[in-house]
Amino acid sequence: MLHIENLHVKIGEREVLKGIDLHINPGETFILFGPNGSGKTSLLMTLMGLGDYAVTKGRIIFKGTDITYAPTYERARLGVGMSFQRPPTIHGLPVRHLVRMCGREREVPVERLARRVNFDQFLERDVNAGFSGGEIKRSELLQLMAQQPSLVLFDEPESGVDLENMALIGREVRSLLQGEDTPRPDKSLEELKRARATSGLIITHTGYILDYINADRGQVLYNGHLCCEARPRDILEHIRKFGYQECVRCLDNALA
Amino acid sequence: MKPISLDNFEFTGHEAAKLGDLHALDAHDREQLLMSGVDVEEQGRSGSFLHMDHSGAYCKTNRPGVEILNIKDALKKYDGLPEYFWKLVDPEKDEATRKARDVLHGGYFIRAEKGAKIEEPVQSCLFIKANKAGQSVHNIVIVEEGAELHIITGCAVSHQTQESAHVGISEFYVKKGGKLTFTMIHNWGENVAVVPRSAGYVEEGGQFLNNYVLLRPVKYLQMYPTITLGGTGAVARFNSVVVAPKGSYLDMGNRVIMNAPDTRCEIIARTIASGGTIINRGHIKAGQVPAKGHLECKGLILGGGVIHAIPELEATVEGVELSHEAAVGKIARREIEYLMARGLDEDEATSTIVRGFLNVDIMGLPDKLKQVIDKTIAESQKDMF
Ligand SMILES: Nc1ncnc2c1ncn2[C@@H]1O[C@H](COP(=O)(O)OP(=O)(O)OP(=O)(O)O)[C@@H](O)[C@H]1O
Ligand SMILES: [Mg+2]
Repeated sequence: MLHIENLHVKIGEREVLKGIDLHINPGETFILFGPNGSGKTSLLMTLMGLGDYAVTKGRIIFKGTDITYAPTYERARLGVGMSFQRPPTIHGLPVRHLVRMCGREREVPVERLARRVNFDQFLERDVNAGFSGGEIKRSELLQLMAQQPSLVLFDEPESGVDLENMALIGREVRSLLQGEDTPRPDKSLEELKRARATSGLIITHTGYILDYINADRGQVLYNGHLCCEARPRDILEHIRKFGYQECVRCLDNALA
Repeated sequence: MKPISLDNFEFTGHEAAKLGDLHALDAHDREQLLMSGVDVEEQGRSGSFLHMDHSGAYCKTNRPGVEILNIKDALKKYDGLPEYFWKLVDPEKDEATRKARDVLHGGYFIRAEKGAKIEEPVQSCLFIKANKAGQSVHNIVIVEEGAELHIITGCAVSHQTQESAHVGISEFYVKKGGKLTFTMIHNWGENVAVVPRSAGYVEEGGQFLNNYVLLRPVKYLQMYPTITLGGTGAVARFNSVVVAPKGSYLDMGNRVIMNAPDTRCEIIARTIASGGTIINRGHIKAGQVPAKGHLECKGLILGGGVIHAIPELEATVEGVELSHEAAVGKIARREIEYLMARGLDEDEATSTIVRGFLNVDIMGLPDKLKQVIDKTIAESQKDMF
């Protein structure tokens, strides 16, 4: 699904990603850990082709297509979908309208999807105008549900979300990644198959999201380098006990 | 830009025939009317008025409680309308008002009777068909005590390339507890000069809500309607959506004079210069407390042009609350990228943001009119990027 090869990225003069190699298979969810400022968000933004992130070396291959320098909308149309951490407000654009546009030619059952993320009361509001942290998360998720991406990039799904909404978000992220959790007669077999082939790349500090999804693999991003590949729960446990200090040693060994 | 000279236009000799029915217009003119908010089927309208070139062409009332007359007939019927005619606008003010005083082609007189709640809008159109024609009209709107009225009025020319001039005097009277929603859509052409002169007076507890839409080119437009809030609790609100393509020169704004306690006003303008020039004025003057007013001019320059925002606040007594916000900016890259991440290409993303910026939705217009406006915005975006 996604192949990242020796990816180097600069913001201005500063190198934030220093040779990333990462493969994510169809249907697989990959969890990214790492201390603040280590480059996790930068990696997601680069995959989406956003902002001032300049690729100086390496390649990004998505579904066999080299998208390293592709415009953002081409990546989106190929099936990359991203949940933004701090999305901009768009005045005069109601959520309902944006969600409908996320489906492109496909008809989007806006009301039904919105009810699933408890967002039907927000459909007439301008996108992100005065949304709380948890509301932004649900709004982003709703847009992804309409978009039906085959690779979901999610930056800290649990930040700013209360416990009740965490369960709701967890459930919907799962259904986005692993197909519907309840059978839906209105979905064709083809759609169900597509849903099952969805991959994920999720950034988390707390690991709460792991209670809801089947995450197969994980790694730590430390100072622009990936290290310590293991099962996500084991990584989390390790960080809890020892912090990120271990990663430094692990990295030193790897780079030596 | 030098103001136009009205002497270059013919103010006589273009009397139009009376129409039995709006369908009698040819398809081309019907289309022009539609763009100006006029539905020839008269569906969902309380009445219709059409003035063409130098005379009234159609006038019909569909509901009790609302009176629609050619101003010439109203002057006869009401002995010259001594309480209303030229009471808010000074005929000596300038060349335009003097012309309107000397030459009267017609115009509408629309009155909602006391307590009448006229739910469906009255539609009107001031139309210029003849080349070189100068049109001079005088309109009077009266909302009697406790009445409610919505007027949708369009101004249009038959051919986008023709040369013509429009002089229009409008005087609005909103009596105690009355509510007037006045939506004006301008569809002039690239060689048309337009100099409306409008003023209104709102009594105690009355409301004046004004929507203004200008998306098509106009050679020269100058207007500065002034509303006086004369009674306790009176409210005025202006929403303007304005696009100036290449060749358009607009000098426009709104003024509210708050002359009574507990008055409120809001003047909001969204402007886009796409090659043309916009001088966007705004003036709130408050001399009584409590009084609360807000003035907002937001502009985008897309594809060249000039925006000159001139917001003015004038307070003459302690305790008034007036504010203004003026900004001329560009479309934020972050917003475009956000929409591109949802699969919209750069043009789709930009036009979505522009439509949101203009935000015609807040005017609460009838669906069909909104669709026409959306379509016109989409067309006008060709000049922007
Ligand atoms: N636009 C920018 N200009 C300059 N520096 C930037 C910019 N964006 C990110 N950085 C820097 O790049 C580094 C990596 O940032 P990034 O947001 O990717 O970290 P992160 O791993 O997501 O951190 P966190 O866990 O705090 O979200 C940080 O030092 C950050 O300050
Ligand atoms: Mg981050």
